[in-house]
Amino acid sequence: MRKPSPFARRATPVLPASLAIAALAVGCGGDDEGEEPLVVSAASSLETAFTEYADEAGIDAKQSFAGSDELAAQIRQGVTPDVYAAADASLPYELHAEGLVSEPVIFAANTLAIGVPEDSEIRSIGDLAEPGVKIAIGAPSVPVGSYTREVIGRLPGPEAEAILDNVRTQEPEVAGIVGKLTQRAVDAGFVYATDVVAAEDAGLRAIRLPASLQPGVAYGAAVVDGAENPEGAREFIEGLLEGDGAEALKRAGFLPPP
Amino acid sequence: MSARRLLFGGLLVGCLALALLFLCLPILAMFVDVPPGDLVSSLGEPDALDALWLSLRTSLAALAIIIVVGTPAAYFLGTRSFRGHSLVTTLIELPLVLPPAVAGIALLAALGPKGLLGGTLEDAGIALVLQTAGVVVALTFVAAPFYMRQAQEAFAAVDRAQLEAARTLGSSEATAFARVAIPAAGQGLTAGLALAWGRALGEFGATLMFAGSFPGITETVPLAIFSRFALDFTSALALSAVLVVVSAALLLSVKLLGRSPLLGGPG
Repeated sequence: MRKPSPFARRATPVLPASLAIAALAVGCGGDDEGEEPLVVSAASSLETAFTEYADEAGIDAKQSFAGSDELAAQIRQGVTPDVYAAADASLPYELHAEGLVSEPVIFAANTLAIGVPEDSEIRSIGDLAEPGVKIAIGAPSVPVGSYTREVIGRLPGPEAEAILDNVRTQEPEVAGIVGKLTQRAVDAGFVYATDVVAAEDAGLRAIRLPASLQPGVAYGAAVVDGAENPEGAREFIEGLLEGDGAEALKRAGFLPPP
Repeated sequence: MSARRLLFGGLLVGCLALALLFLCLPILAMFVDVPPGDLVSSLGEPDALDALWLSLRTSLAALAIIIVVGTPAAYFLGTRSFRGHSLVTTLIELPLVLPPAVAGIALLAALGPKGLLGGTLEDAGIALVLQTAGVVVALTFVAAPFYMRQAQEAFAAVDRAQLEAARTLGSSEATAFARVAIPAAGQGLTAGLALAWGRALGEFGATLMFAGSFPGITETVPLAIFSRFALDFTSALALSAVLVVVSAALLLSVKLLGRSPLLGGPG
C-alpha cells in the first residue's frame, strides 16, 4: 500500500468542511425563535416607508424592493412572498384574477413629478422638450414608466414627441431613475413625488405636474396565495391603512388612498 | 483496496453527474419551455435583433481593446519579475470579484458626470454615460481581467529558452513576442478570450448602472431579456435561449481556433 501523499492528508478534510460551511451559511438565514420573518415584496418606491414601518412596529420582515412588474412576474413563476405591494392597482388585480393573490387593498396614493437636480434650470414640463435635455423614464413594463407615458401622451403631439426624443434611458425600476439623476447622468427624470422627498439629501428637487396631466397613482397590496404567514401578512396590510404603516407612508410623502 | 478504489471512482463519477445535472438542468429547461418555432420568431422582432446586434458590436469592441492593450501588459507581467508584481496582478484581477452593481457604481464614480474624471472627459467632448461607448467601457472593465489573467499565466508558461533562442538569432524582443511568445501561448490566450467574451455578452448590472438602457443604443441582450421578463415571459425565455445558442457557438469557435495548428495569434 502506498503512503498517502502529504497533499492527500491535507486535502481530505476540505470537502466535509466546505459542505459544513455551506450548510451553516444557508442555515443562518433561518429562524432564531422558531418564527419565520414576514416576507414582503414591494415596489421600489415603497422602500423608505416600508423599512421605517417594519422598524417602528417591530415587525420581523424580510423585504425586497424591485419593480412592481418584476415582482409580479416572480409571483407568476411560483415565488410566494407573504405580501405583494405594487405601485399601481392593476397589477395586484391582475394577479387576483389569475388566482395568485387575495383581493387587493388600495392603501396609498402618490403623484408623479419631474425630479431635477437642485440647481437645474428646468422649471416646467415644457422645458423638457428643449433639444439636448437628457431625460430618464421608467421602462414601459414598470408602473412609473406607464404613468409617465400616460402623462406625456396628454401633451400636444409635437411637444410629446420632442420629450420622448430626449429620453436617454428606460430604467427597469424607479431606483435607477433616481440614481441617474443624483449622478447627473440625466437632467430630469419622471419619478414619484415621494422619491424626490427621499432623495432630498442627495440634492434633488421636484417639479409638480399640472393636475390635468396627473395620472391616478394608487398603491395596491395583497396577501399572496400559499403564503407561509397569511395572518402576519393581513396584519401588515391592515397597519398600512391605519397605525404605524399609515404614519410611515405619510411621512414619506404618500397620500391617503383615494 | 480495490473496493475502496471502486468506491472512490464511484464518488468521482457521482459528483460529476451531480455537477452536470445542476449546471445543465436550467439551461435544458429553457429549451424545453420554448418551442423552436417561437425561438425563430422571437428573433424576427426588430427589438431582439437590435439588442443582439448591439451586444455583438459592443462585446467585439471591448474584446479588441482588451486584446490590444491586455496582451502586451499580460506579457510583461508573465515574463518579468519586479517589486510589487503580485500587488499589480491582484489589482488587475480585482474586477473579477466585484459584484456587477459595484462595478457600475465604481465606473460612475470614476467616469460619470460627477466622477473623478467626469470634468476632464466633458472638456474633451467625450460622452460615455448613457451612450453605446459607455457599454463598451463597462464590458471592457468587467471582462478584461478574465483575459489578462489567463494570458499572463500562458506567457509565464512559455519556455524561456525558446524566447532566448529567438533573440540570439537576432530577433528584437518585439519580434520574439509576436513570432514566438504569442503562438506558444495561443491556447491560453484563446481560452482567456472565450471567457472574456462570455462575460462581456452576459454583462448586466454594470451596463445598466453606467450606460442605462435604451433600445438600439445601450439595451444589450441581457437588458432586453430583463425588460421582457415582466411583460412577456415566453419572449424573454426565447431571447435567453438565443443568447445561449449564440454564446455557445462563439465560445466553441474560439476554442476550436485555439486548437488549430494554423493559429498565429489570438483570434
